[in-house]
Amino acid sequence: MTAVRSARSAGRRSRRASPAAATWTVLAWLVGLLFFLPVLWMVLTGFKREVDAASNPPTWFFTPVLDGYRQVFDRDITPYLLNSLMASLLSTLFVLLLATPAAYALSIRPVAKWRDVLFFFISTKMLPAVAALLPIYLLVKEFGLLDNVWTMIVLYTAMNLPLAVWMMRSFLLEVPPALIEAAAVDGASVLVTIRRILLPIVAPGLAATALICFIFSWNEFFLAVNLTATRAGTSPIFLVGFITSEGLFLARLCAAATLVSLPVVLAGWIAQKQLVRGLSMGAVK
Amino acid sequence: MTQTLATGAGPTPRAPVAAPAGRRAADRWSRRAPLLPALIFAILVTQIPFLVTLYLSTLDWNALRPGERGFVGLANYAEVLTDTRLRAALTNTVVLTAGAVVASVLLGLGIAILLDRRFPGRGIVRTLLITPFLVMPMAAALLWKHAIYNPAYGLINGILGGSTDWVSQYPMLSVVATLVWQWTPFMMLIILAGLQSQSTEILEAARVDGAGAWQVFTRITLPHLRPYLELGALLGSIYLVQTFDAVFTITQGGPGTATTNLPYEIYLTTFRKFEYGEAAAAGVVVVIGTIVVATFALRVISSLFRMEGAR
Repeated sequence: MTAVRSARSAGRRSRRASPAAATWTVLAWLVGLLFFLPVLWMVLTGFKREVDAASNPPTWFFTPVLDGYRQVFDRDITPYLLNSLMASLLSTLFVLLLATPAAYALSIRPVAKWRDVLFFFISTKMLPAVAALLPIYLLVKEFGLLDNVWTMIVLYTAMNLPLAVWMMRSFLLEVPPALIEAAAVDGASVLVTIRRILLPIVAPGLAATALICFIFSWNEFFLAVNLTATRAGTSPIFLVGFITSEGLFLARLCAAATLVSLPVVLAGWIAQKQLVRGLSMGAVK
Repeated sequence: MTQTLATGAGPTPRAPVAAPAGRRAADRWSRRAPLLPALIFAILVTQIPFLVTLYLSTLDWNALRPGERGFVGLANYAEVLTDTRLRAALTNTVVLTAGAVVASVLLGLGIAILLDRRFPGRGIVRTLLITPFLVMPMAAALLWKHAIYNPAYGLINGILGGSTDWVSQYPMLSVVATLVWQWTPFMMLIILAGLQSQSTEILEAARVDGAGAWQVFTRITLPHLRPYLELGALLGSIYLVQTFDAVFTITQGGPGTATTNLPYEIYLTTFRKFEYGEAAAAGVVVVIGTIVVATFALRVISSLFRMEGAR
């Protein structure tokens, strides 16, 4: 294994010196920068004065100001951010509490029809939210739960549950069966086995699952825009006001867009490896 | 160490151990117990709304005329299936989803190949590349609409010159380009994982046997990547078919119905026209369509798992 890897990297190193390799390197950097350009533009524009933000040709060099951010906070973005935080964190917690035991019952001590159950979960993910919107809206309205952050917590929990079950299952399958059998032979109870053997091994998996659930809840817009308003509005709802804006608003828009994207961008940068595994429902390691 | 495409449902979990009849039932229930909370919750929150949708789809119910609610049988379905707006929305959904998935898979493949080599700053380039996927979709849609596509002060015209009004002249392309920008990193990550799981020995052997770079790519790399490409396309389709943020923000479905996809059309029917019965029927039609596509998709997933099992 190690030999193969080092041979491979040696092969790469020898190729690095050639002009062709240098061209590929430059090309890779150019593509990377091109994809990042809109994000860079968003961050830069957020620090401009409105007149510089709406200039043509574009202003690349300017004295950064915080006017955009100040205006965003003056318009009270804080409650929206807090709603998002609450909905995302609590729904992620509930998802993990529901999905981890379920994944256990689909992997380590499987129920008889584990395959059917697994595919039932994934099929609920494929049903478009738009088809459930009307009954959900009517039911939520009937119970007087419109514009209530707890409604969003329940819905986001349901939204992320299938993904989390699949992910947690793929992590639990990695626990060596011999380890669990050994614990049983030593007379360890199920709870002790879970706490001492399973949890330490799947802790990174739990973190990856939590990250993915957090990202999807934080970014969710369709349910939020139809079921919340001013009281329980999440951060994407704060952005709705910018859709048809007129006049000078670009710096403010970019400041708000940067602000609401920041938590997920930072989390994703830090946990790149877990991101891949999570996004593929645990299929790609 | 190596990255592999493994097994959502791949390896069969340990088989239940045979036990005497009395204990068997107890054993079955102790196996089921941890599963039940999640299963019941999922059934309650996802299946009950669909039953309600079925019921609503048989009603003539416009929320603007509250008194006149009545049973009309399948009339809403006839309406929905003959509605030109809905047919346009169906076509737009297919164009939008297929366009965005195909473009982002191809781009993602190209970029993954670029990144599958060691070069100075590879980690940084990878980080730059995944950022578009992490930006909030709603924020991304706003950014493209106002800061990039705007004819007067948008970045495209600012750099290239001209005064093209991108959103009104190329509405579908504008929406798809934004989605491709967000989804290419996702495809790239999955395909890169596939590239890095290739056996270097086989690649070396092929080169020693005199295979050219193109031959190695088409004969060895592409077949190896197939499950990764399929997985990326499948997951991308599941999410992109439900695209709402970008349409809602960039074009509002317009001009006319040029970019109205099914989610947006049903949203309009529900919350702009308040035709609840019709919206419910359209929802049921979408669900049936999704079931057809999903059955096919699940078969793809299952075959991926079988492949893994055979490996």
